Amino acid sequence: MRASQLVNTLLMREFVSSFFLTMRYFFAPKPTINYPFEKGQVSPRFRGEHALRRYPNGEERCIACKLCEAVCPAQAITIEAGPRQNDGTRRTVRYDLDMVKCIYCGFCQEACPVDAIVEGPNFEFATETREELYFSKEKLLANGDRWEREIAANLSADAPYR
Amino acid sequence: MTLPLFFFYVFSAIAVASAVMVVAARNPVHAVLFLILVFFNAAGLFMLAGAEFLSLILIVVYVGAVAVLFLFVVMMLDVDFASLRSGMLQYAPIGVVVGLVLLIELLLVAGSFVVSPEVASASVLPINNGVDNTKALGLVLYTRYVFLFQGAGAVLLVAMIGAIVLTLRHRPNVKRQDPVKQVARRASETMEVVKVKSGQGL
Amino acid sequence: MDFINSALDYLLGIPILGWGVHVGFVYKALLLLVALLVFTAFILLADRKIWAAVQIRRGPNVVGPFGLLQSFADLLKFALKEAVIPAGADKVLFILAPLITATLALGGWAVVPVNDGWAMADLNIGILYILAISSLGVYGVIIGGWASNSKYPFLGSLRSAAQMVSYEVSIGLVIITVLLCVGSLNLNDIIRAQYEMGLAHMIGLPQLTFLNWFWLPLFPMFVVFYVSALAETNRPPFDLAEGESELVAGFMTEYSSTPYMLFMLGEYISILLMCAMTTVLFLGGWTSPIDLPPFTWIPGFIWFFLKLSMVFFMIAMAKAIVPRYRYDQLMRIGWKVFLPLSLLCVIVVAFVLQLTGWGWHGGVA
Repeated sequence: MRASQLVNTLLMREFVSSFFLTMRYFFAPKPTINYPFEKGQVSPRFRGEHALRRYPNGEERCIACKLCEAVCPAQAITIEAGPRQNDGTRRTVRYDLDMVKCIYCGFCQEACPVDAIVEGPNFEFATETREELYFSKEKLLANGDRWEREIAANLSADAPYR
Repeated sequence: MTLPLFFFYVFSAIAVASAVMVVAARNPVHAVLFLILVFFNAAGLFMLAGAEFLSLILIVVYVGAVAVLFLFVVMMLDVDFASLRSGMLQYAPIGVVVGLVLLIELLLVAGSFVVSPEVASASVLPINNGVDNTKALGLVLYTRYVFLFQGAGAVLLVAMIGAIVLTLRHRPNVKRQDPVKQVARRASETMEVVKVKSGQGL
Repeated sequence: MDFINSALDYLLGIPILGWGVHVGFVYKALLLLVALLVFTAFILLADRKIWAAVQIRRGPNVVGPFGLLQSFADLLKFALKEAVIPAGADKVLFILAPLITATLALGGWAVVPVNDGWAMADLNIGILYILAISSLGVYGVIIGGWASNSKYPFLGSLRSAAQMVSYEVSIGLVIITVLLCVGSLNLNDIIRAQYEMGLAHMIGLPQLTFLNWFWLPLFPMFVVFYVSALAETNRPPFDLAEGESELVAGFMTEYSSTPYMLFMLGEYISILLMCAMTTVLFLGGWTSPIDLPPFTWIPGFIWFFLKLSMVFFMIAMAKAIVPRYRYDQLMRIGWKVFLPLSLLCVIVVAFVLQLTGWGWHGGVA
């Protein structure tokens, strides 16, 4: 054992120098985002909670082509199609999305020819029960109505790159 | 009844009760814990008698160290007391006889015991009331009885060294760590950067 | 009746017959208890905040301003949860263990003088009392680990039993070194000795009290005490008893709710007790660092708690700085480094004191 090593050990030199190192970080600005009050930036391509959109005149976009159902790798989407009562156009009778199965791959919105099913920017949709995560058509349409502004803005922001 | 007398009865009652439980407890760990309770109450009695140094030393040494090792060993042993107790009735008569003999002897001694009137003056050490007992003990232990004290220390040291000698085994071909050496290692002493010409090897 | 009366008079200061004017023991104890528990709550928060700050996080910041009430929210949560007792556990001992830990840790504070003569019990063997109390702290851990009847708690308790017994030895020797210089086991005397003698008096500047304190002349012992205090209270880097990467949570694995809270409380209060010991033994207790007006206006107990907090800050930083020790290295450093070092220091200090005649003689020298 060298004399210098002995001195270093007795005076705990490594401990002292690491103390000053940690003190530098102690006063460093904290990058933490104060989450429920502050939120991080979300990309326009973010794939969050699903929504079924409507045209500006209030007509629902979905035409029950079942492309999303076909492409869904987790088989989370179940669609039943049929003619609508008043005008006989082809619409969905049932559009069920099992959010427990969903892997948020975004294939459904890529497959959709009319931009009806989209994944919005919302990621705060935790529920207390499992049942609440089985989204029905009404829930999805309500989501679309609620998030339409953000979804439209995100789609237009991303449009030049498609 | 004064407060110290009250505490005396409390401490001694708990001490006696838990001493009985040390023997009677089914679980060996419980027995050791009751033993610790006995130590603790004995310390309390010392404290009441004004021997605060002895009292706290009893706690530090016996309760804090020796009993911990007891507990340690008993926990690890996993003694099956049911099988140990199976032969108890066989030995009970002998145990009772030995106990009775001890009791009778104790009674004889206690019955005929008289404090000699000269005992106070016969004491080699004058009882000094002005000094607390930590200091008083130290004054006696390190002056008058220093050789006995050192001798006792030497006996304990020999016992300790004996235990280590009996158990220490240096097996050959066992790799051992030396943290001092490891910390002292420098890259310059252990590594060498060699320029190797291509196609030649080392 | 007379007995009950005298007991009540002694404890509560309320005489049923006759007149009692002194403040009873119970009131003082309650005051200390409440102050200590509130201080512990904030120290717990400080620990988390310090650790967070080093890791460039914010730490708890939601309950109350700057998260100041976090510990009280935790307390409420712990108290309201269901206490689970494992089916195979030894129920009595399982509940007893956290009680022992918390009670002993609180009991140790009875002799700590937070100001000149402000100790609950000004024992003339105060330091021995604290040593005894801290050596008993291991029982809570062992009993808890054994009573859980589960392998991880048991392994944790075995580890901590050996660890705490080992480091008790070096702590004892460090204390002896200080006692040699002071010549009294009374905590108040130890502090007064650091005020009335020392380096500052020797260089002729008695106002610089902080030079008097024992941390400077006994610096190696100060370091040994700091490290041993970490090991004694199972703090990182010596928290092998609860090493979460190998033993889940060590002896606390099976605990939940209020018993768990009592364990945590006991742990932090005994950490504070160790900080208080460092303050008393090496940092001059309630004396102000410079014996001149602006400093002496601040009351002693504030100095005491400032120093206490400073020592705690260092203990909290150790958690952030140093990685966890391996168990055999922990034992090696305890028995092969600290024990010889502190033993050597005891001998050297004894010789120096004997040859030079330094040391405190009840304020006479």
